[in-house]
Amino acid sequence: MAMTENMGTSPVEMKVSDEVAISIQGMNKWYGTFHVLRDIDLTVYEGERIVICGPSGSGKSTLIRCINALEEHQAGSITVDGTLLSSDLKNIDKIRSEVGMCFQHFNLFPHLTILENCTLAPIWVRKTPKKEAEETAMHFLTKVKIPDQANKYPGQLSGGQQQRVAIARSLCMKPRIMLFDEPTSALDPEMIKEVLDTMIALAEEGMTMLCVTHEMGFARQVANRVIFMDAGQIVEQNEPEEFFNNPKSDRTQLFLSQILGH
Amino acid sequence: MSDTQQHSVAFVRTEAIPEREPPYTASGPLKWMKDNLFATPFNGILTIVAVYLIYMILSSALPWMLNGIWTTSSLAECRTVLDGAVGACFSVLTERWNQLLFGFKYPSELYWRPGLAFMLLFVAIAPVLFFDLPRKLLIFTGLYPFIAYYLVWGGAIGVPLVALAGCVAGAVFYQSFVARNFALGFLGGVIAAFVTWYIGGLFIPDGANNTAWMRAVPSRDLGGFMLNMMLGVTCVSLSLPLGIALALGRQSSMPLIKVICVVFIEFIRGVPLITLLFVASVMLAYFFPPDSTVDLFLRVVIMITVFSAAYIAEVIRGGLAALPKGQYEGADSLGLDYAQATRLIILPQALKISIPGIVNVAVGLFKDTTLVSVISMFDLVGMIRGPILASTAWNGVYWELLGFAAVLFFVVCYGISQYSQWLERRLATDHR
Repeated sequence: MAMTENMGTSPVEMKVSDEVAISIQGMNKWYGTFHVLRDIDLTVYEGERIVICGPSGSGKSTLIRCINALEEHQAGSITVDGTLLSSDLKNIDKIRSEVGMCFQHFNLFPHLTILENCTLAPIWVRKTPKKEAEETAMHFLTKVKIPDQANKYPGQLSGGQQQRVAIARSLCMKPRIMLFDEPTSALDPEMIKEVLDTMIALAEEGMTMLCVTHEMGFARQVANRVIFMDAGQIVEQNEPEEFFNNPKSDRTQLFLSQILGH
Repeated sequence: MSDTQQHSVAFVRTEAIPEREPPYTASGPLKWMKDNLFATPFNGILTIVAVYLIYMILSSALPWMLNGIWTTSSLAECRTVLDGAVGACFSVLTERWNQLLFGFKYPSELYWRPGLAFMLLFVAIAPVLFFDLPRKLLIFTGLYPFIAYYLVWGGAIGVPLVALAGCVAGAVFYQSFVARNFALGFLGGVIAAFVTWYIGGLFIPDGANNTAWMRAVPSRDLGGFMLNMMLGVTCVSLSLPLGIALALGRQSSMPLIKVICVVFIEFIRGVPLITLLFVASVMLAYFFPPDSTVDLFLRVVIMITVFSAAYIAEVIRGGLAALPKGQYEGADSLGLDYAQATRLIILPQALKISIPGIVNVAVGLFKDTTLVSVISMFDLVGMIRGPILASTAWNGVYWELLGFAAVLFFVVCYGISQYSQWLERRLATDHR
């Protein structure tokens, strides 16, 4: 299937510091009476690259959406970069400007050009001068290899290009942490690679990343840690080699056999 | 076929086939007529019937129009000139031209004032309608309401100046405090404006209108198509921001604001405009402080604005609902706050989707300004129904007068519609 092994690059060396980037303690979330996330404890260190996988409905997207307060949690605490996530809007906007996010459906702004998509938040949130913001934007657009599309509109780009623009748009805010919510799930198989390549390049620069993805090749190659979730709980977490070759829990074994067994 | 190898299966063309003329039935007027007018027998019958109907209408309307009389001074005189022949009596338009445009009480030596205000209107709305024009022109747009007020109503120059000063004070206060707290900036701005108006009002002496350089014209002297234009332009430009605010309020997560907006919208939409206009002319005075003589024009503007704002709010709510949730999340995830996300991401897209609906309301509103004739304001229709048709000279001239009114309204409404289509094409960025 859409595996990305043998990309020609060696597995990224581990660069994990002792600095805590995200600390989640005893976090619980309910949708109405439905208990989506149960007693989540998770510490992410600066520079760590974590892949979260699990069957659909297991709460993995909800978990990372809680980190930048797109979803509200009802119990426990989330601390991002030393800022405790509370209902204070100032706190939330501060965290959101430090945490970049890429969505399954890109969520680019269709009424703005690619360049305007990338400069909007730096100009309005960071108060960067327009010229400087445009230079930064072009720098990151070059990095994701689409500088020539800067003056087009999102609707004129392919899915893979749009997702790379979305990554560049997040990077323009110079985030310390990047969240990826199934970034390749809405893409054609041949476009998946270009997006994964961009994410691998990002990982190699030491960005702290949390990815919800089913790309197990990506997980093997880039992740320091793989987390398996089921029914709103963290069932297993381990280094990728151990996780894939020697899963401990039955649920993980079943899941891996289903997604890798063909 | 001599140059192809006929006896083998493989085929190689060694000589290109030269271009030939198409058969004459494949293009040209005959082909067009066959495709578009006589494709099937039924289509042919429809074509013939349609042509016959057009002929019927034109054969009676054209002589009537072309044979029109433009120079007589009464209907009787007009009939004498026509001497039994078919012909329109357009002289009512030429003779009552000023009344049709300005009403019958506006001082005729002051017609240049509303005329100038009308010319300046184009300068003022140009940068709003065509956003490629230099943004500096918007300064004039901001000043235009005060200039137009002074031109049309005249009177003491202090009134528009104080009104302008109040708006500037409010805007300055809002600008300097909105960064700290939106509610503080907004409410403070409103209070600053009212304080300025109150203090400024003290400086305008009583009776300043009588000694003013520009002669004062009271609202009851306004009339004709000028009144329709004034009501239409004022109400459209006021009801759009109010409608946006109501639509956003209806989506608000604050229950109190939401309830207020829902009740307001549903109540206003559930009441006929004519009722609201009667309320404006008769009952609205009860809502203002005693002895305050709030102008009838202002009361009518409030009612029409409120009425169309409720409709525009619902149209924009449709646009907001059509936006995918991802747009809100995309804006949120970048750290934009509510005001920024709404202004930069949500509204530009929602308004673009709502353009046809908003234009629908605007065109409807403009035509509904003729309803003020019912509360004895002499707008274009009021003038026709009242002073002109009631006069002995022109009693009985219906087609010419109402046709003229129809043409004036059609020109404006068609213009609005064409502009909106241009705007939609100009803003289309998604499917290029």
